[in-house]
This record gives sequence, structure tokens and C-alpha cells, in this order.
Amino acid sequence: MSLFDYTLKELQEKLHNKEITVSDLVEASYNQINAVDDQVKAFLTLNEEEAKKQAKELDEKLGSDASILYGMPIGIKDNIVTKGLRTTCASQILDNLNDPLYDATVMQKLDTENTVNIGKLNMDEFAMGSSTENSSYENTRNPWNTDYVPGGSSGGSAAAVAAGEVFFSLGSDTGGSIRQPAAFCGVVGMKPTYGLVSRFGLVAFASSLDQIGPITRTVEDNAHLLQAIVGNDKMDSTSANVDIPNYSNAFKEDVKGLRIAVPKEYLQEGVNPEVKEAVLAALKQYEELGATWEEVSLPHSKYAVAAYYLLASSEASANLSRFDGVRYGVRTEKNVDMVDMFKQSRAEGFGDEVKRRIMLGTFALSSGYYDAYYKKAQKVRTLIKNDFEKIFDEYDVVIGPTTPTPAYKVGEKIDDPLTMYTDDVLTTPVNLAGLPGMSIPCGFSSDGLPIGLQIIGRHFDESTIYRTAYAYEQATDHHKKRPNLGGDQ
Amino acid sequence: MTNFETVIGLEVHVELKTASKIFSPSPNAFGSEPNANVNPIDLGYPGVLPVLNEEAVNYAMKASMAINCDIATDTKFDRKNYFYPDNPKAYQISQFDQPIGENGWIEIEVNGEKKRIGITRLHLEEDAGKLTHGDDGYSLVDYNRQGTPLVEIVSEPDIRTPEEAYAYLEKLKNIIQYTGVSDCKMEEGSLRCDANISIRPVGQEEFGTKTELKNLNSFSFVQKGLEFEEKRQREVLLNGGEILQETRRYDEQKKETILMRIKEGSDDYRYFPEPDLVPLYIDDAWKERIRAEIPELPDARRERYVKDLDLPAYDAGVLTSTKEMSDFFEESIEAGADTKQASNWLMGEVSAYMNKQQVEIEDLKMTPAALAKMIQLIEDGTISSKMAKKVFAELVENGGEPEKIVKDKGLVQISDEGQLREIITGILDENEQSIIDFKNGKDKALGFLVGQTMKATKGQANPPMVNKIINEEIEKR
Amino acid sequence: MAEISKEEVKHVANLARLALKDEEVETFTQQLGDIINYAELLNELDTDDVKPTTHVLDLKNVMRKDEPKEWIKKEDALKNAPDQKNGQFRVPSILE
Repeated sequence: MSLFDYTLKELQEKLHNKEITVSDLVEASYNQINAVDDQVKAFLTLNEEEAKKQAKELDEKLGSDASILYGMPIGIKDNIVTKGLRTTCASQILDNLNDPLYDATVMQKLDTENTVNIGKLNMDEFAMGSSTENSSYENTRNPWNTDYVPGGSSGGSAAAVAAGEVFFSLGSDTGGSIRQPAAFCGVVGMKPTYGLVSRFGLVAFASSLDQIGPITRTVEDNAHLLQAIVGNDKMDSTSANVDIPNYSNAFKEDVKGLRIAVPKEYLQEGVNPEVKEAVLAALKQYEELGATWEEVSLPHSKYAVAAYYLLASSEASANLSRFDGVRYGVRTEKNVDMVDMFKQSRAEGFGDEVKRRIMLGTFALSSGYYDAYYKKAQKVRTLIKNDFEKIFDEYDVVIGPTTPTPAYKVGEKIDDPLTMYTDDVLTTPVNLAGLPGMSIPCGFSSDGLPIGLQIIGRHFDESTIYRTAYAYEQATDHHKKRPNLGGDQ
Repeated sequence: MTNFETVIGLEVHVELKTASKIFSPSPNAFGSEPNANVNPIDLGYPGVLPVLNEEAVNYAMKASMAINCDIATDTKFDRKNYFYPDNPKAYQISQFDQPIGENGWIEIEVNGEKKRIGITRLHLEEDAGKLTHGDDGYSLVDYNRQGTPLVEIVSEPDIRTPEEAYAYLEKLKNIIQYTGVSDCKMEEGSLRCDANISIRPVGQEEFGTKTELKNLNSFSFVQKGLEFEEKRQREVLLNGGEILQETRRYDEQKKETILMRIKEGSDDYRYFPEPDLVPLYIDDAWKERIRAEIPELPDARRERYVKDLDLPAYDAGVLTSTKEMSDFFEESIEAGADTKQASNWLMGEVSAYMNKQQVEIEDLKMTPAALAKMIQLIEDGTISSKMAKKVFAELVENGGEPEKIVKDKGLVQISDEGQLREIITGILDENEQSIIDFKNGKDKALGFLVGQTMKATKGQANPPMVNKIINEEIEKR
Repeated sequence: MAEISKEEVKHVANLARLALKDEEVETFTQQLGDIINYAELLNELDTDDVKPTTHVLDLKNVMRKDEPKEWIKKEDALKNAPDQKNGQFRVPSILE
């Protein structure tokens, strides 16, 4: 059994009882990375020297008032800016960004909690993708079967937790990038309400959709990590100023009387029968726990992917313009004039998917097309948001599958961008509406690959999602299964 | 021969002098070492976000109100996309369809004729960094200026002559300076101007094709550039040619406009709402709070000087030409100076000194109170006008109290009649011939006697009194 | 049926400052065409009376006080510069 099979509470008890030290935890992380990361390929950059030094310091100053996250090894998606530590977004254009000069707000918050940053995790380049195959460095593999993708774009974040390389991790979710890899890797991933977690220091993909969120093995630990990173931030104008509940209180309540909405659009054709079966079994479980569920309709669901790709790509086309080889990052070595320096640096530094989306977004914003594409998509966004608002008048949560299928094989879909996009049909509506959404394990396919259950809540009602997820988790064993990778996971 | 009418529109950029930048907390300062006033936000580092400086909004509102714009209730920021090394995010945060101010105007006066020039809009945006072109195939970028709050003021195409353009710029600068939101120093780039100009046959409704003049370094170059362009366009058209949509610059040496680039279609800036900033809602209370902070503007002040202070219109115009001059004037009066005397000194000696030394009024060592005191000393006869010039020279250079200067330099005028009469009697005794000459009608003799008196008193004798006493004493003889 | 021509792809690539090889122009024309075609789905919806959503949260007037703050050290400004000279970022000049 690995140290990381314990819960946060159990590990903290062991720390305070001196059964283990922070150094043991950090050692466990690097040992597992050494044992399995050549298969999983979750990490891009390790922070080993610094982490071990920090562990020693934490062991010396451990006090009774230590935070619940004290000394816990964490992995950070490589689009979260870390002062003094290489931050590449898995892109060649930032290959040399060894010190981005400042810490993201979430990193500052984790610092005060005294977590230990183990290293930076692989992802689809600039978070554009659903399989981590768009990383310019390496293909992260699914720990449950390394022929399969881990999902994306937070593939490294999900795989590292599933493989026991870190206790937990941070990912980011623009159209499903936390929930989908969490589903594929059999872990718990939360995309918080837009505005709950500061985006300051999250390298922007689509500013109106991006959120940082926690990836963990259990629901309870997920709530603890979220609690540490939320809150209004003066550096992020879109950060909400709301009262933050104590998420742990959610675990004191059961789900008797909970009203669950199940959108019929989420179980339609295109959803793999095994996935559908697992979701229906979960709903049955909820009935047994005293909740009720009804089929509802989110009539604009089928438009979400198109609206999402237009809006996200439009914002991305501007957000990624700053990578121009002038102030940081990689500049072409070709001897060219200013305009060609921009063009060559960007052509050499960006991968195909990033270029595709920059061009799609540039097109959607360009003169003569703005109203037909960008503005149209913004209006459809309103319709999708309204769909959810209506449902939440009568129901507490919306439940469905996280993904239409379990993980697929590496290389299977990479040449067909449109199919990859349409797979995001179940996750993108949540980002468009700015809602919180979570994926928890709810079973396995016949191939032994995890299946994710998606729970969507009202704006800023993460507590109800945690309560719903926790009740199911406590009643089932899916989260206790471990992939067979060797090593000590 | 066809008669043409000129149509000019001006785009003026004015930097706002807030303490920090518009979207980052870096200091907003001119003249620092390159890249000293920058942080990751100004440098467009990955992951940074803009946060709006409230004061920049207040200043933009103030400027808008001063030029009679309607203030938007709902406004927002947009991204304007273009690549250039001085534009670190490759988008400029600006305002597209909901500017802070719209539908304004200012009044200009050219050759005694008053005319209202419409202002289409005033919007708030961030300034770019500064790119310096070298001759070695490389350019250098300094981002100190990046993120300086900037307002762009776009005029209606109401301007018909280069002279009106000049008057518009002077007036606009004057008004903005009065509001205190900007220095409007063209030499430091805190005021910049682009001009659009086209000509059309008189009577024609639609505009001709316009050219844009950029890199205009002073108001008079704006005027000269427009004059040249007016002539050039006329010649092109009269020779059967066609005006192309061009960007041109004014060459100060050659005194002509030079083609920079031909515009092909319109630029595609792909404006879209800035997702990193939330909208602004400017309610009436906010608007009124800012309106209350706007000081008396130059037109109102000029009118008051004529009406309430009985100054000639000319004086009122000169005194209100800058807020600093006008404020100096008001403070002098406050301190007790005679209005006309204060006006004369400011328009005369003070302006001459500032011109000669190339300094601004705020750089003078002399305070308004000192000027007032000096004027009082002249009026009560303590010093002569001639002595006052010496006092003034000392005051502007080194400052200090007029009374002390008068005393230290021994400049006090001898106005004691008994004392003067005694000196004069002695001089008359020694210059019998002059008395005779004077009585014979030789006026020069009087001048000689006055000169002798001044010499004997080291120039301190009160001149009118000396004249009077000499006359009286000669009469007696 | 929406289409995007090769010329439009080249135009968009130029706006986005991306150098494309000829074969990339081919591929992207095809792929972007597919995606844009898919996006035509949105035209099924009548959105004339629908307001566009830019921000999902209804936040307004988020501002900070006008106070300058120190942040990075002066020498760090150029720490990651690909090229620099005399404390400034150096770039190739534009060809006139």
C-alpha cells in the first residue's frame, strides 16, 4: 500500500504522530515517479532539489496549528505560473521560460498552506486538446492501460494522481480539461464555478471559460484542496466576491430528498453503452440513498461544442498573440525582418492544434465574419446558460456521464480534430454556463478503463456537488481500485 | 478653375497623469531609465491579468465633460488586435463601440470668427511602449510607456482650414490642461496628434479620399503639414490624378509630406469585448462627483476677467492661455496686486523672461505673492519702476521677499522732500549756468540737473519728486 | 454551406502572424472548412432577440486604487529576453 492511499486526514494524523515525515511523503512521490514515470510520462519538469529542501524545513517547523494540506506533495499543471520554476504550457515557444518571474495566485495560496510542489505536469499545448497528445514534449499515458490516452488537456495532472506520483494535483478546465482526464484516469476532478478560483497566473487559453481546479483520489480530499485555492483576488477582475462555505460541512449531510436532473441529451446516441449503463447504475445507487432523479431536457446541448470552439478559439487567438519572440520565449534563429520574425517564431513554436485554433479564432473575429460566428456563438452561450438556469429552479444537481466513451488509444483520433471536438459535448456546456462540474469514478469498461460520472451544480454551489459525490463514493468502491503499473502506487 | 473645400478631422491622444498605470500598478512616470517602470503585466507575461485603475476612469470622465461630451452609463473595454514589438500582448486594451464620452464640442476662434468643432468620441485605452529604430537593422523596445492611461479624442470632420486645425489643437490642449488630467506636453509625447485631410469641389456632398498625416511633432507642424497636403491634393486633382488612401508624414527639413504607406482596405483589428475586464456602470452619482471636480475652464475664466476684473479682452486671452499663467495671476491678485499691473507684468517682463530662458511659469523662483508685493512697493512709491526691474530680476532668478531685496540692494527710493530739497539746492548752487540756460528755454538743462541729482543720490531719488523740486527751486531764484 | 478558401486561410494566417507552408495551407483549408461547416449548426437557432454573453457572472466596476507598487527587480525585466541591448529588448527592424 502506498502512502497516497491514505486520506488527507489520515496522513495528517500520521505526520503529527511522527509516524511519517514530510520528507517521507516527498520521497514517496519521487520514488514513484522514478518507478513509473517513464511509462506514464506525466511530468515535464521536476522540482526535486527545492521540494526536498522544503520538506526538511517543514519537518522542522511542524506545529499543532499546521494546515490540513501541510507537507502534502502536489503536482501542478504546466500552464500555472511558478516563480523560479520552468513553465512551458507544453509548448516549444516557451521551452526556455525557466523563470516566469512571479507566482500564480493559487501558488501563493498553496505556499501559505505549506504544500510541496513536486513538479510541473504535462498537458496539451496551451490546454488545447483532449488527449495530451498535443504536448510538444511527450505523450502522457493512461495509468490503467498505457496504450490509451489519459485524456486532456490536464492529462498529466490526472495521470500523476492515478499513478500515485503525487498525492494530488491542480489542473485547469476550459471545456472539460479537468473532468475528462479525471474520468479517463479514474480520479476525482472538480471544475469550480467561473470566478471562484483566481485565474491570475493561469496562462490564458479562453479567459471567459478557464478555471483552475483540484484533482484528487477522493471527494473529501478534493474539497480540502479546493478550499485552499478559492477566494476573491484583487489581481483578477473576474474573480467573484462571494462568501466561501466550509466545503467539509457538505460531508455531514446525506442525499435524502436530493433532486437530480438527468438531461436526456446526455444519454443519447453517441454515448457508449457501457458508459450509459454505469451512469444508470449510479442513478440507481442514488435512488437507494434516498435521492430522486428525473429525465429533463437541455435543448441547446447539441450547439454547445460549436459555440464553445468558436468562442474559446476567438479568445485564444488574442491570448496567444503575446507569444511573439520579443520579451521572453523562443525566437526563430532565421535571419529575418520584424514581421517574418513574428511569423517564423510562431510557426516554429506552436504545434498544429494551437495553430488551427488560432486561425479558427482569428477567422471568427475577422471583419465580415464577427456577427456570423463570434457574436452568434455568444448568443448561443446565453441560450445554454438559460437552459441550466431553468433546470436549477427545480433540481439540485444535474448528473450525466463526463465523456461519451472511456479512454481511447493513443493515436486513434489525433488526425481527426472535429471528432475530438465533438467528444466534448458533455463538458463544454458547463464552461459556457460558468457552472461548477465534477467528475468522479463510477465504474469500469469491459476493457478495464475507468468511467466518469459528471455532477453539475448551481453557480457557487460546490458544496452540493461535494455532498452528492461523497454519498455515492461512500456507497461504492470504484475509487479504491488502483491501476497496475508496478511501483508503489 | 475648380474651387476646392478642405475637410480635416483630428485624432488626438492625451496621456493621463495618474500615479500608476491603467491596468498595472507600475509607476506612471516620464523620463526613467529604459524598462525601469515595468512589471510582468506591462511586459505581457503569460498568465497576467489587467485590473482597471479607477483614477484613469475619473480622469477620462473629467476630460470628456470638459469638452462637452455625454458620458456613457454603460461602457466596457475591448481588445484591438495587432502585432508590433511595442504592443506586448499584441492586443491593445481599448474601447470600441461604447466609448466613455460621445457627442462633444469645443469652440475655436479664428480671425475673430467663432466656430464650434464637434467631437465624435473620447475613449480610454492603454499606451504602447516605445520602439526606437536603429540603423543597424535592429530596433530597441522600452516598455516604460506601456500601460500609461491614454484618451483618444476624435473630432468630427468639421475643420475646414489648417489654421482652424491649429486653433482646435491649442484650444483642446488648453481645456485638457485646465482639467489637470494631463500635462499635454507634445515634446514628451503626452499629447500626440494624427490628422486626416481630404478636399472636395465646393458644393460636393461626399468627402474626397483622405490621407492621414502621422508623426506630427508640434501644432505648427500640423498646420504646415496640412497646408502642404492641401496644396498637394489640389495639384494632383487638377492634373487629373487620383488621391490614394495613404499614410504620410511631415518632413520638417524638406517642409513637405512624405508617403509612409498606402492603405489597402481597412485594417482588420478584430475588436472583441475584453473578457479579462468586467463592464463599467457609471451612475449619476459618480458622474456628478466628477463634474464637481472640474475647475473653471478657460472660456469661462476669460469672460470673467473681462466682465468682473475689467481687463481688456486681449489681456484676458493671454492670461488664460495656460492654466498655470492664469492661476499665477489669480494668486497675485489674491495677495493684493492691482489687476492691470499684475496683468502687465505677467504679459510683459514675466513672459519675456520665460521665453528667453525657455522655462515654464511653474519653474520661476518668484511666487505670486512676491509679484504682488513688488507691485505694491511700486504703487506706494517705495521703489521706482526702474528699481522694480532690478527687484524682478532678482526675484525670478533666486526668489525671496521683495522688501528684503530692496533693503539688501539699498534700492529704497528717497522720497523725503526736505532731504531732496537740500541736495537739489546744493546742486543748483554749483550750476548757475544751467539755471540760466533753463530760463532761456533750453530744456536739456533740466535733464542735466535731474541727472546730477540722481547721481548724487545713487539713483535713489524719487524722479517725479526731483522734477517737481528742481522746478520750484529755479522759480525761486 | 460555408467554405473557407485557401486565400482566406492565407489571409487569416497573415493576420495571426503564422508562417504556413504550402502543404499546411492545404491541410488547414480542409480542416478549418470542416470545423466552420460544423459551426453552421448554430444557424438553426433564431437568436435575433438573444443578448450575447461575454461574462457569465454579473460583475461590474471592478477597479483598484491609483497606487503605484514595486513588483519585480529592474534587472528581471530583461531576464528572459531572447535579445537585448542597453537595457532594452532588441528586435529586427521592419523592412520598408
